[in-house]
Amino acid sequence: MPRVAVVRFPGSNCDFDTLRAAESVGADAYFVWHRDTDLRGADVVILPGGFSYGDYLRSGAIARFSPVMQAVQRHAAAGGPLLGICNGFQILCEAHLLPGALMRNAGLTFVSKPVDVTVERVDTAFTCDYEPEERLRLPVAHGEGRFVAAPDTLRLLEAEGRVVLRYVAATERSPFQPNPNGSANHIAGICNADGNVVGIMPHPERAADRLLGLTGGSGFFTSMISSHQQSST
Amino acid sequence: MTFRVHVRVLPRAGLLDPQGQAVEHALTALGFEEAGAVRIGRAIELDVTAGSREEAVARARQMCDKLLANPVTEDYLLDVESD
Repeated sequence: MPRVAVVRFPGSNCDFDTLRAAESVGADAYFVWHRDTDLRGADVVILPGGFSYGDYLRSGAIARFSPVMQAVQRHAAAGGPLLGICNGFQILCEAHLLPGALMRNAGLTFVSKPVDVTVERVDTAFTCDYEPEERLRLPVAHGEGRFVAAPDTLRLLEAEGRVVLRYVAATERSPFQPNPNGSANHIAGICNADGNVVGIMPHPERAADRLLGLTGGSGFFTSMISSHQQSST
Repeated sequence: MTFRVHVRVLPRAGLLDPQGQAVEHALTALGFEEAGAVRIGRAIELDVTAGSREEAVARARQMCDKLLANPVTEDYLLDVESD
């Protein structure tokens, strides 16, 4: 079973949900503190959601300089799977592990609701258990989730197929408004060129247990197990 | 020498600034129809100890590039005055 490090920053608040979701699929999951410099043999690293350092200056701007981030950078550079959820995605952008940035929602309000997304990339360590173009309903909860990037960067992301999740338009079966934050190209999640670093705004850990009403997010966690088994055989 | 550094960080021109838009609408509603192109950013002030004004500016620029502004979405202006 993969060793999954969930990094906690002061202000992380989805850390326990994420740990529990990873444990529920059998992962050997544990917390790593932001002052730690060692990921203790992690196969997978997750930066959970929350408000690290109170979102001071910009979301993720200060967490990026935490001591643990050097180890996270090394893990990513070595090809290790790294997932940033919500504030974790913001941290990955601030750390330049992913391109672009996440700005204040176009509607100015904090948006907390389920949204529909499609999985456009199913060859990452976090999405390999999904079908191509599979449609998921996942909660979002953020004030700064509007993905922006330079036009060249956006073109590159699209040309290289690096959009992992995209908000999809409402259908009869989906009463929810698409694109909750005004993201460029309706982008809800992207990956780096190698595909090992993934950042998403929706919260799969809040949709990974039948008790919570939604289960569409559990694929992110089962995918970690599947890809680990593939890579270790 | 100590220099007082004023940093103004603004969302890059061309990027949607929903706060600026909302304030512009409010100004219009208040009758200030002459107001336009409102942008909202942040102001940061700090003391920088340096041997010269040029050094203070150079260090402040590094601080902006590394932390105070996000080069993807923001531009900044520096104003440096000696104490």
